Amino acid sequence: MNPALQGAQYRLQKGSAERTTRAVEETTQPRHSLLVRVTHWLTAMAFLALLVTGLELVVSHPRFYWGETGNVNTKPLFKIPIPSSRHLVPTGYGYLLPDQNGWSRYLHFQSAWLLVLTGFVYVGVGLSRGHFRRELFPARPDLSAKRLMRSVAEHLRFERPGAEEAWSYNVLQRLAYLLIIFVGFPLIIWTGLAMSPSFVSAFPAAVNVLGGQQSARTVHFFLTGALVLFLLVHIFMIFLAGFWSRVRAMVTGRAASR
Amino acid sequence: MSKLSRRQLVIAGVVTAAGAGGLALAAKIAGRYGLVPPDSGGIYGPGETLTYAAQRLLTRHSLAREFSRSQISRKPLMNEVAPLGADFQRLQKEGFADWRLNVDGMVARPASFSVAELKSFPRSSHITMIQCEEGWSYIAEWTGVPLSHVLQLAGASPQATHVVYRSIQPDWWESMDMADALHPQTLLAHEMNGGELPVGFGGPLRMRVTRQLGYKSLKYLTSLTITNNIKQFGKGLGSSEPEAGYSWYAGI
Repeated sequence: MNPALQGAQYRLQKGSAERTTRAVEETTQPRHSLLVRVTHWLTAMAFLALLVTGLELVVSHPRFYWGETGNVNTKPLFKIPIPSSRHLVPTGYGYLLPDQNGWSRYLHFQSAWLLVLTGFVYVGVGLSRGHFRRELFPARPDLSAKRLMRSVAEHLRFERPGAEEAWSYNVLQRLAYLLIIFVGFPLIIWTGLAMSPSFVSAFPAAVNVLGGQQSARTVHFFLTGALVLFLLVHIFMIFLAGFWSRVRAMVTGRAASR
Repeated sequence: MSKLSRRQLVIAGVVTAAGAGGLALAAKIAGRYGLVPPDSGGIYGPGETLTYAAQRLLTRHSLAREFSRSQISRKPLMNEVAPLGADFQRLQKEGFADWRLNVDGMVARPASFSVAELKSFPRSSHITMIQCEEGWSYIAEWTGVPLSHVLQLAGASPQATHVVYRSIQPDWWESMDMADALHPQTLLAHEMNGGELPVGFGGPLRMRVTRQLGYKSLKYLTSLTITNNIKQFGKGLGSSEPEAGYSWYAGI
């Protein structure tokens, strides 16, 4: 056995906190910076709050339209077959869901601020430190069709990643994270702002480019679905990789030495 | 990561104190410049204040989008309203001849206008969207007298900060800041789509605030109070909406 590890075990057996810390230092290495960890968990919290309150808001009018306007007198793009929390929508169910729009809206918009401000810090500081180039940009060779297909196949086989993979994201992971950070979140923020009458009065292009207020609302809803899909896949992949070791790494910043 | 050194702790302490001090200063400045909404107490206060302050700074003079005649909704939606009561029905039976809009508060010339008088004032029209907080919307043409004109007629004080406006429906009242009150698109609407404003849409008189959600466009207007102390009305949260759990500022 590695003499350093032997020494670490001895110190662990001794049971003192200070000796345990040194043991941790010797068997783990830094993996995620404080910036990444703090912004990751703040974003997760904000996103969950936005999702729950957002779904509550959908319940008050479970129909989606396209173009500029839409209401129960116009033909919807599609209806969600759930009861509503308001009388206005004839859902066919004989009852109303609880109406929680008041605090839901307050929390939705406050969480939106948390998401946006955290995002600015993450992207701003991350860019200045070269975080994205180092950790998330795929290497050119990995973008070949052959390597991409191989990565897709590995993922579809639900293969448990090797220990090395904890230290460098694979190409599919990199592309997914980049897509979420630089396309998914900006788009959902934009479509959200496009539903603000005040914001749109100052920046009408924000909603006009999308085709109208109802289009913004519908796209916002579909983007929610896409982000939720990402979240589910993300959690499943963490499971495959070793849930608690990965979560611990994203909390403490350290992972078991390679 | 090495143990926290004393130096790191001191630096962290100084940064936190500076941050807290900076926030307190920003809050004080925001208050002086009317950037803090009346419903800024409570756990959702920070979000509300950030939203209201940002929108006030970004959109002071911006105009809500105006649409072409062909974009007017063929089937605008009449939102449900609680039964309007005996007083309303009596006034309605007489064609709203006795309907009055009272204007009081910080004004040199308190007044009481009939609908006919309001219709005789300069009129303005715009084709704008009503967006409900539920998510639906429609476009209509609104015609009415600009609120700024009525405020001028009544001699509203330059020290006023808010206009409180009330509906004939009890417990339903709203308020707006002066940026919205003096905004060219803010109307006391008495016509819709070229005809009389239907009762279902707020007739004979409704407020039209174009840069906020529909619930600020209060129906069945009966009075305006010009004030510089919005906190003295109701529970001091700005309108009946925060009292029911909704945002005072509905520009989002």
